[in-house]
Amino acid sequence: MYTRKLRGYIVVLALVFTSSAAFAQAPNLGKPINPGEIAAWDINILPDGTGLPPGSGTPAEGARVYAAKCSACHGQNGKGGPNAALAGGSPIKDMESEKTIANFWPFATTVFDYIRRAMPWRQPRSLTNDEVYALTAYIFSLNKIIGENDAMNAQTLPKVQMPNRGGFIIRFPDRL
Amino acid sequence: MRDWKNLEPVAGNGLLHRRAFLRGGTALAAAMTGYTLVQSASAQQLTDDPWSLVPGVAVPDYGARSRFEKNVVRTLSNPNAEPRTQHARTPHHLINGTFTPNGLHFVISHAGDPDIDPDKHRLVIHGLVKQPLVFTLDTLGRYPMVSRMTFLECGGNSAPLFSKEPIQASVQALHGLVSCAEWTGVSLSTLLEEAGLDKRAKWLVAEGADAPHLSRSVPLTKALDDAMIALYQNGERLMPGNGYPMRLLLPGWEGNMNIKWLRRIQLTEMPGMSFYEARTYAPILPGGKAYQFYFLQEVKSFITHPSPGLAMKGPGFYEISGVAYSGNGRISKVMVSADGGKSWAQAALQEPVQSKAFTRFRVPWRWDGGAVVLQSRAWDEAGFAQPTRSELVAVRGETTRIPPVTGFPSQHYNAITSWAIDRNGEVKHVYA
Repeated sequence: MYTRKLRGYIVVLALVFTSSAAFAQAPNLGKPINPGEIAAWDINILPDGTGLPPGSGTPAEGARVYAAKCSACHGQNGKGGPNAALAGGSPIKDMESEKTIANFWPFATTVFDYIRRAMPWRQPRSLTNDEVYALTAYIFSLNKIIGENDAMNAQTLPKVQMPNRGGFIIRFPDRL
Repeated sequence: MRDWKNLEPVAGNGLLHRRAFLRGGTALAAAMTGYTLVQSASAQQLTDDPWSLVPGVAVPDYGARSRFEKNVVRTLSNPNAEPRTQHARTPHHLINGTFTPNGLHFVISHAGDPDIDPDKHRLVIHGLVKQPLVFTLDTLGRYPMVSRMTFLECGGNSAPLFSKEPIQASVQALHGLVSCAEWTGVSLSTLLEEAGLDKRAKWLVAEGADAPHLSRSVPLTKALDDAMIALYQNGERLMPGNGYPMRLLLPGWEGNMNIKWLRRIQLTEMPGMSFYEARTYAPILPGGKAYQFYFLQEVKSFITHPSPGLAMKGPGFYEISGVAYSGNGRISKVMVSADGGKSWAQAALQEPVQSKAFTRFRVPWRWDGGAVVLQSRAWDEAGFAQPTRSELVAVRGETTRIPPVTGFPSQHYNAITSWAIDRNGEVKHVYA
């Protein structure tokens, strides 16, 4: 049997060992990767425009891309298709109001980010950055959020003011 | 031994004390199980059935349930994978206990389930970190692991209850977008510490390897609290619909944030305002403002047995049971009413009661064959009570038209559900 004193030493030693081990013995098995290797996946656009790639597009250029790759689902001129309308929308009143880009989306960057990561539905990531900028410009122009000759690029897009920017009550971090 | 017929109810319309069956002895316990109870079976000589007279079939390498259980399935909103979201809902009225079998766990896929080769899958952690890192599934398998029971609930679960009139549908159709499983994996905090957090990092943006590259922003406080990179679901690898080979698990938070097929985590100063947080999971309030970042799945319960579709088989003993859960932590109490909320009996909670997991509750009940309205109401350890429907609607609103049962007029509905039982034993969804 251990004496009381010896047992005390063992406990202290064990504590020292486990507390330092918690950091020192982290597996550290992740492999370093550099930004160039991540580039093809690095597609998040933040609301201040961080992450927007080089490139540019106008509403007129976007209209051509839209007719070829988007209108089958979203309808001619952004209305009347089997999937979500991209143009129009009456002001949000209650839960039965249809959320549209013009009446609901608070940030312009979300439109670019979502088109680039998820559209067209059957061929995501198939559009060039210029095409994504052009489609974004076309959709904003349809909704009269920008002028019909305004080009979208990394400088102009984050400055676009969305009509419903102030329409939200933020729950986080309340109650968390 | 006391006769169950003499037990005094503890609340209106025959609710009995939650431990009545323990005090009443085995005869009572036997009398209270199941809904097919027949008071006196016709006398019949027992004989060996055919399956008792020959050896059985070969044991399969991967078990399948009895062929008599084929009707226990999820309901599908888009079985032909048309270009829109697919929903598969859990049949809560046909299962029991506290965890959901993997094949019945609810799934929402916005563009189908990707067919991921686990050897080629990668998880990248980058952005505001000292050293960007990439992990393989094999690598993550060498880390210390943790297991925990956790419910997962779609922010749009129970949305049909926003309808101004009660929609007649099963508990599967109304509440089938919540399930509970034991998840095993690596604490996200371990990997974030390894990459080294930049002081400016306040959020992370998580992204899947599915076709929409679905992305959601998560506050760093949650990521460092109890977030997990889940690799196993109820002991086996994740189901494809639940994120094979790895997903983000955020216990108690909105299902859509628990990114499936997780391939990338970018540490950022601000939320990404992705499509699903900026537009989709932003419930509109009366007047037109909308909630943003309604992350928490709040305290909730519903009765699964009985429920619509499970007709009563005549007066007598039944067990009322259901599930309760809260994104705040453990369930502290569940009360059950059989008279539409006028009087309440405390339900027994199945141990162990685990944080942010399904808790099965049960109350013994002597149904006298009259019309009743069953309700359950849960409280959590943080002190939050499940609201009544009128309390919730006062803040959140309701529809002016009756929406389709598969529709999502709004999100984050956690109020009380009411089942009315008529004298014929039919169970209907009502507002009470």
